[in-house]
Order: sequence, then structure tokens, then C-alpha cells
Amino acid sequence: MRTGTDGLATGLAVLSTVLVVAPLVAIFVYLIYKGASSLSFAFFTQLPKPEGELGGGMANAILGSAVLLGIASLIGVPVGISGGIYLAEFGRGTKLANAVRFTADVLNGVPSIVMGIAVYALIVYRQKHFSALSGGVALGIMMIPTVTRTTEEMLLMVPHAVREAALALGVPNWRSVLSITVKTASPGIITGCMLAFARVAGETAPLIFTALGNSNWSANLNEPIAALPLQIYTYAISPYDDLHRLAWAGALVLIVLIVAAVSLVRFVASRGVLKGAS
Amino acid sequence: MPEIRIAQPQVQTEPNAKNGQPGAGSGAAEVSAIRGFLLARGNSAIADRGFHGLMVVCALSIFAIVVLIATELVMRSHLAWSQFGFRFFFSVFVDPDNNKPMYWDPVNGHFSALPFVYGTLVSSFLALLIAVPLAIGLAVFLTEMCPRILRTPLAFITELLAAIPSVIYGLWALFVLVPLLREHVNPWLVKLLGWTGLFNDDTPTGLGFLSAGVILAIMILPIISSLTREVMNAVPGSQREAVLALGATRWEMIRMGVLRNARIGIVGAIILGLGRALGETMAVTMVIGNTPQIQRSLLASGSSMASVIANEYAEASGDLHLSALTEIGLALFIVTIIVNALARLLVWAVTRGAPAQVH
Repeated sequence: MRTGTDGLATGLAVLSTVLVVAPLVAIFVYLIYKGASSLSFAFFTQLPKPEGELGGGMANAILGSAVLLGIASLIGVPVGISGGIYLAEFGRGTKLANAVRFTADVLNGVPSIVMGIAVYALIVYRQKHFSALSGGVALGIMMIPTVTRTTEEMLLMVPHAVREAALALGVPNWRSVLSITVKTASPGIITGCMLAFARVAGETAPLIFTALGNSNWSANLNEPIAALPLQIYTYAISPYDDLHRLAWAGALVLIVLIVAAVSLVRFVASRGVLKGAS
Repeated sequence: MPEIRIAQPQVQTEPNAKNGQPGAGSGAAEVSAIRGFLLARGNSAIADRGFHGLMVVCALSIFAIVVLIATELVMRSHLAWSQFGFRFFFSVFVDPDNNKPMYWDPVNGHFSALPFVYGTLVSSFLALLIAVPLAIGLAVFLTEMCPRILRTPLAFITELLAAIPSVIYGLWALFVLVPLLREHVNPWLVKLLGWTGLFNDDTPTGLGFLSAGVILAIMILPIISSLTREVMNAVPGSQREAVLALGATRWEMIRMGVLRNARIGIVGAIILGLGRALGETMAVTMVIGNTPQIQRSLLASGSSMASVIANEYAEASGDLHLSALTEIGLALFIVTIIVNALARLLVWAVTRGAPAQVH
């Protein structure tokens, strides 16, 4: 009887694992199957065609995503890394650091669409027009908590001896932090930033009413701009088969970017971030 | 080693290198009185203070973001709040023409968030219903039963599942999951469980609460299972050995030795998954059908708080409409903040001792 229950429980655990892995495999297989057959050179070089016409690409959306992610990284990376440095180097164990860490975790769970509304109210509402800038700011704000937390975790792995050695040589504290501690942890910090980057690269919700989308070339920060996930969304809910094909191709490009980033993070983390330090 | 070699020339080549400052003590964690004294007197005192200040400002920006979101949302939703107050979330209008309830009619100025609150709750709880058993099963398998060779790839796969953008989940759901449910699952549900009234399919589009719930379940699974894994790993090995030594089978060991000890953390993980499901936007918007109505049937189309914002915000038909949508966003913000804070405290309670007080 007891062995029976044991076997049943094992079976259920295996079954649920299979049920979890199945949709993932299904998503990937379908994505590669649909995406690869629609992906072409034109996808990367051409503008979208007017509705109903065949062909065209998403070149403007790729450019737009690059612009948006550029703005986002300019905001999210420096602020996030500095916040992480504070948590790991200055605030260890203090009440303030615990509060910051907790708020960062909670902020991570705030829906991205809420971030979009806040940035709409902050920038779009005041400027009276949609803009690439507002989209970039929304994505940048979303990067900050993730980058802060990963930077902190990476810095905590740096052994104390490294800091002590630097300080014992008479290096000022700020210099020791920047050129010793942060430098030692830099592979980890960079991959953490890439992870945050990959996360916001796929964000759609905050862009709907900030960047808005654009069917022409545009890199102007004061105008609406196209973005890859946004374009995928618009094409997916459109009634045209040809646009659905483009949506699948776009999704494949996006997922390759993201899987690459995640694998890199795994690789660096498993290799040990701090080979040089020990 | 190379890092230290880098440090040395810097000290020598800089003419105003702060050599006058004798060794500055140990790591930042152990700020002794001597170190404080030296730091305050050294030439680098200003640079160090400035650097410290800058880092503090950046860390505080996280609070600033929360305050910013809150104030902007409150300011922009003021109009709807002063007009409707709390009734906004409960009121029902009745259409005089056909006596049907009417909730959301921006053109005629009827605003009630009731159908969206309903849609969000129904789809999220459906998602939890599907995801929680699977996630716990997966976590149990990965931590307690899995052969070592399989563990890393499986953990990687679940991590990937968490990294897929929601718009891609939506795309897949729209073109694969919805047709699948419509053709094969829904007719079967109607036949078997139609008598409950929960599965009536008058207009079989496949779009609706059930599709939204299923795709949400797939999306929140990795979060719940990875956190469950984390709290289960935090249960000491001696606990397992003790139960096994008393003659328990593996499942009894898991149930009594591991799950019972980790239950608070597991509840935390589930609540965190709930928080994710409540605010999930794109995938839900693409498959829920986007009709502001309350239907008993899970196969009927509906609308959620996030989906109505995504659909209508960019082309809102007036200040009151915009303000009402912002108020829905504010409600979503408050609820997710509370849910996430609660979940984090519960997970911390298990993995790090006392909640929020980490030492």
C-alpha cells in the first residue's frame, strides 16, 4: 500500500514534468517551423508593405527596437549597476539596503502595462504626442530592479580578500570598488545586464501607448517608433495570412536573441564568475 | 591575481594618489572606528563620499520609481475617482432598450470596472488551478527524484519558459492553442460538463476565459516551480535523512520531511505566480476575446483589467475614459504590490530565517 502510494506519487511527478516540458517543446518547434519558413533576406531589409500586399519585412521594427533598447540601456544599466554596488559594497546588512532590495523585488512584479501608464502620464500626456523617448524610458525603468539585483548578487561573490588587498595598497575606496570589485565581477554583471536587456526586448505592453509603432523608417526620438514585439502583436491580430507569417518570423528573431542571452548567462554562471579572483 | 597587478601602477602613476592614507581597513562590511577615522581624514575623503552618495542616490531611485508611478496614476485617475468613487468597481447599468446589464460604454459615459475585475480573477484562478499541481510536481521531481544528468537540462528548460516574451506566448496561443481548444477540447467539455453551466459554448470561437487561463498557467508555471524548488532546497538534508531512517518511503519523506517544512515558502511561490497572472497583459489580450461582459461560462469571451488598458488606452475617447482606464491601472498596481510583497515575505521566511530582517 505504502509502496503503491510512493509509486503513484513518483508517476504523478514525472507526468507533471512531461506536461510542463510539452508546451515548451511545442512552442519552440512550431516557432522554428513557422518562423524559419517565413524568414527571408527581405525581412531584415525591407519596410512593411501596405495591408493586403504580399512581401515586405520588418527592418524598421528592428531599427526601432535597437533605438528603444539603446535608450533603455542608457537609463537602466548605469542606475541599476550603481544601485547594486550600493547594496553589495556600502549597505550590506543595513535597514536601508534591505528596504531597497525588497522594493526592487516587488517592483519586478509590477505589471509592465502599469509602467506604461505611468510613463504615458509622465511624458506622453505632457508632450501631447507619442514618442520613442517615452517608450525607451518605460523600458529603462523596467531594467533597473533586475540589473540592481543581479549586480548585487555578482558582487557578493567577490571574496573579501580582493577588496582588502586593494585597500591595503592605499587605493581609495571608490577606486577599489570600481577597478577591483566591479572589474572582478564584470562578466557576471554584463550577463546580468544582458538578461535584463533580453527581458525588456520582448516587452510589448508598455510600448503600446508610448512608442505606439510606426510603419516607416524613423529614428527620431520625438516621433512614434516601430518595435519588434509591438509589430508582432499588431500583425498577429490582423486578419491577413501574410502578416501572420511576418509575425512568426519576427517572433523567431526575438526568441533567438533571448535564448542566446539566457544561455550565455547560464554558461557564465556555471563556469564560475570569478575565475580570475581566486 | 591580475586585478591586483592592475591596481598597483594606478597607485604609483597618479601624482595625487591618495598614498598618504594608510591601509583603509577591511571590506566595506566591517566599518571599524579606525577605518572611519582614516576615511574621514584621507585625501580621498571627498571622492569617496561623493561616490558613496552617488550610489545611494541610484539605490534610492528604486523608491523614487514606486513613488513616481503611484503619484502619476493617482493624479491621472482623479477625474474618474471623483466621479464614481468606489462604485467604479461594483456598479451595473441596465440598458433600457433590452434590459441587459451594461458595464462599459465609453461613448455614452458608462464606466464600471466590474467585468474586468471578474475577467482578471477568473482567468488568474483558472491559471493557478492548472499550474499549481504541475509546478509542485515538477519541483518535487527536480529536487528529489530526478537523475543528476537530467536535472540541469530540465532546470534550463524551465528557465527558458520564463524568458519567452508574453507576446510570443500570445502568438502561439492564438494560432495553436485556441484552435486546439476550439476543435478538440471545448466540444468535449460541453458534452461532459455542460450541465454545470460553466461550459456553455454558444459562439464557438475558442477565445475566452479558458484559453486565457491555460496560457497564463503555462506562463506562471516556471516562476512557481523555480521558487518552490528554491524553498525545497532550503530544507536541510538531515531532515530528509531523519524521516528516511524511520522507515518512510520516498514519497512519505517528501510529504512529511520536505513539503511540510517548505509549505510557507510554497504558498509564497503560488502567491507570486498569482501576482504575475493578475498583471499579465499581452497573451491574455490576444486570447480572451475582449468583450466587457460577465458570463458564467468559462468558454465565453471576456476581458481583463490589463487587456482593456492595452486595447483602449492609446485611442481613449476622452478625459473621463482615459481617467477610468488609469484607475483600473492604479487598482492593478496596488493589488500587485500587495500580492508581491506578501509573497516575497513568505519566501524569505523560509529561505532566510525571519522575514525581511536579513543578517
